[in-house]
Amino acid sequence: MTTHLDGNALAGALRELFTVDITTATGQCVSCGTTGAMGQTHVYMDAPGLVARCPACGEVVLRLTRSADRAWLDLRGITCLQVQLPASGET
Amino acid sequence: MARTAVLGRLTWQVATVTAVRVQTPTARTIVLNVPGWPGHRAGQHVDVKLTAPDGYSAQRSYSIASPPGATTLELTVQRLADGEVSPYLADVLEPGDQLELRGPIGGWFVWEPTSPGPVLLVAGGSGVVPLMAMIRTRARTGSRAPFRLIYSVREPDTALYAGELAGLAAADAGLDLTYVYTRSTPLGWPLPAGRINTDILTAGQAAPPGLAVFVCGPTGFVEAAADLLVDAGYDAQTIKTERFGPSGGQP
Repeated sequence: MTTHLDGNALAGALRELFTVDITTATGQCVSCGTTGAMGQTHVYMDAPGLVARCPACGEVVLRLTRSADRAWLDLRGITCLQVQLPASGET
Repeated sequence: MARTAVLGRLTWQVATVTAVRVQTPTARTIVLNVPGWPGHRAGQHVDVKLTAPDGYSAQRSYSIASPPGATTLELTVQRLADGEVSPYLADVLEPGDQLELRGPIGGWFVWEPTSPGPVLLVAGGSGVVPLMAMIRTRARTGSRAPFRLIYSVREPDTALYAGELAGLAAADAGLDLTYVYTRSTPLGWPLPAGRINTDILTAGQAAPPGLAVFVCGPTGFVEAAADLLVDAGYDAQTIKTERFGPSGGQP
């Protein structure tokens, strides 16, 4: 298997799509049920896109492919993403 | 910027090089003026994009070396022999040149100066850059959080920020600095050259309560250091890692 980076490496590409930092969001793996920060996933960049795998079971949790004018985001391996937001009323 | 702030969509912006500083024979610090920079947190990175006249474009991530609140943004770039972006940044770029970048990026590998707990920083090579932002932030904010940096380099003249780190450590007992030389040591160094090991990482101690660990470096280094710590009984959930791969960028 080729070497991988950390979920941190997803941060820039995902911030093109989301207004929050997804690497600090908590995700649950469809395959094994492990819960952890997206920053803890293992990211493979030597594919046609970015591939994030569960650090516990190795299954694919996220794939992101980018062309000049669009992105394809596949979240097949995440049951639920928990994203920290400002408390309502806060600016 | 609050931890939970909802951010705008990330866009590319143009930064101007205001200075370059040689760090080692193969690494330079690039000082940038970024109009409207929103501020950052220690440990975050930026993406840098270079575009050739024919439209070919290459993009890499680089850790921010400067602390939050500084008026300029600093990146330190290690030249990679087969790199596509780093040779330009490390050798060619001059004051007055412009760069496209976007950031700050990443909220996971971040140290907050409001955290009072002890911190273990483990750097391999240019993996010291985001950890330097944490050390500078600690100094700038007057944090008393105990910091320990273990910095693995091939040989003495490849160490980044050597003078600044020595000065900071000499002036502050709360910052402990340990070098590991993997190929050749300074003259008179008490230990032979060698890789990082459990004794160096833990100093023979169990993890102190509340410890946060940040490990940054090439993939193999990061895995070795994190595995040694976990084997020594350190809680894997307290260890944050940032690997950088052969594609050249950090992280």
